[in-house]
Amino acid sequence: MINTIVQGVLLGGYYALIAAGLSFMFSVMRIINLAHGSLAVLAAYLLLVLAQNYHLSPFVGLIIVLPLMAVIGFLLQRFVLDRAMQAGQLVPILATFGLSIVIDNGLFETFGANTRSLSNFIGTLSYDSIALPGDIYVGELAVGTFVLAVAVLGGLQLFLSFTPYGRAIRATAEDPDTAGLVGINPRMATAIASAIALFTVGLAGAALGMRGTFDAYAGASQLLFAFEAAVIGGAGSVWGTLIGGIVLALAQTFGAKVSPLGFLLAGHGVFLVVLFVRIWLVGGVRGFFRRPV
Amino acid sequence: MSALAVNSLNLHHGLLHAVRDLSLNVAEGEIVALVGANGAGKTTLLRAIAGAHRPTSGTITYGGADITHRAAHRRVNMGIALVPEGRRLFTQMTVEENLLLGRMSGRPGTWTVDKVLETFPNLTARRTARAATLSGGEQQATAIGRALMSNPSLLLLDELSLGLSPIAVDRLYESLRALMQSGTTILLVEQDLGRAMQVATRVICMLEGHVVLEAPTANLAREQVTDAYFGLAQHRVPA
Repeated sequence: MINTIVQGVLLGGYYALIAAGLSFMFSVMRIINLAHGSLAVLAAYLLLVLAQNYHLSPFVGLIIVLPLMAVIGFLLQRFVLDRAMQAGQLVPILATFGLSIVIDNGLFETFGANTRSLSNFIGTLSYDSIALPGDIYVGELAVGTFVLAVAVLGGLQLFLSFTPYGRAIRATAEDPDTAGLVGINPRMATAIASAIALFTVGLAGAALGMRGTFDAYAGASQLLFAFEAAVIGGAGSVWGTLIGGIVLALAQTFGAKVSPLGFLLAGHGVFLVVLFVRIWLVGGVRGFFRRPV
Repeated sequence: MSALAVNSLNLHHGLLHAVRDLSLNVAEGEIVALVGANGAGKTTLLRAIAGAHRPTSGTITYGGADITHRAAHRRVNMGIALVPEGRRLFTQMTVEENLLLGRMSGRPGTWTVDKVLETFPNLTARRTARAATLSGGEQQATAIGRALMSNPSLLLLDELSLGLSPIAVDRLYESLRALMQSGTTILLVEQDLGRAMQVATRVICMLEGHVVLEAPTANLAREQVTDAYFGLAQHRVPA
């Protein structure tokens, strides 16, 4: 029982890590980035290429991949999302959906259908574990991922609260026109926010590749878990995302105890229950999407 | 030399022709009051000068540079700051955060959060309060403070008294007196004609998108302005 809870909480840390960028982008720009999972998989493949061809440990590879992901985020906002946002709320969602298809199939063409993993390149870290009292063993990687998730979410919170750029991003999220009138470049603020979001996606991709396997079409399930964690936690709230990830993971691990099919089923079940309760609480679908940040 | 020059400016709100072929100049250090009935185009004109409304035609120059197509945030860098109608504070943020946002332009100058709080003492106790919880007078003071934090050389004030009690308005103008004597160029929209003529060196009266009267306050009678205000004056520009 306690073991299940501990493993569930640690898995929740991973979900919170992949949900961090999604929920950040939603809270700041009101964009649901459907390419989120595919971009995480892209980051994982980039790390794989660096490890296989240039013998760079994935941890060293991150020094290259994270800035690259940030640049991708900046350009994505500048050249795709900025324009899409002017055409209404639905268009950015469609644009990112299209982008996810492009990325998935591009990866498939380049790397084929084989299942890959980064676990071969991180030594014993993929199976090393720490013994806790009560005969409970936790994976070092799982603990590391959880700590990283807390650090990323806490970092985002501190950045938004206490730095001039964080304030500028929040101001732009609330009222882009007035942000311009006080001297903020709203396009720059959203592009920086998008760069930060994709920086965290790079970290999520690394965690994905190290803890298990991935293939070219793995993005969709990552997006789904990220989305569920973000919604359970109250889309857009930083610490809510961590709670959401943990709730989702606990439902899954307990579901798996009941039946092998229970893992996904219980997760989706909790997500749907929370979603409908939230929609009911704020008075319908419209209210849900028009809530202030 | 005129700091701000607007030449044959046309502004539209969709099909509505809000400002028609309007020209005006504001010299450095001048305080100019824009008066006129609702819908005369005053707010639209201020927003166009600040860069929040794209002109259909005409030019706006500031300090000799053509800024007609310059983005709003770049105009703040040049020293143009607008206190918008309805305050438009960032309601989820605190007073202090709203003020700090005014510093994003990075213009050098003497304004700091502490100096703003000194100018508007009623804000001191509300420094960490969220803007949404402020009274109208406190919100307006915060909005002015936010504009001042960018150390503007041209301050555009849009209907400071809107929705405020007469006492709050008195207190606001009292706080602004030092600023108005400091040589900052100010273009303000004010519904209270008495107040406008009292603080401004020149009054411009607008009617249906045109300038119908423009005169220094020193040799201007209140009746002349009210006539122009209601379109009774002889020298009305034909549409």
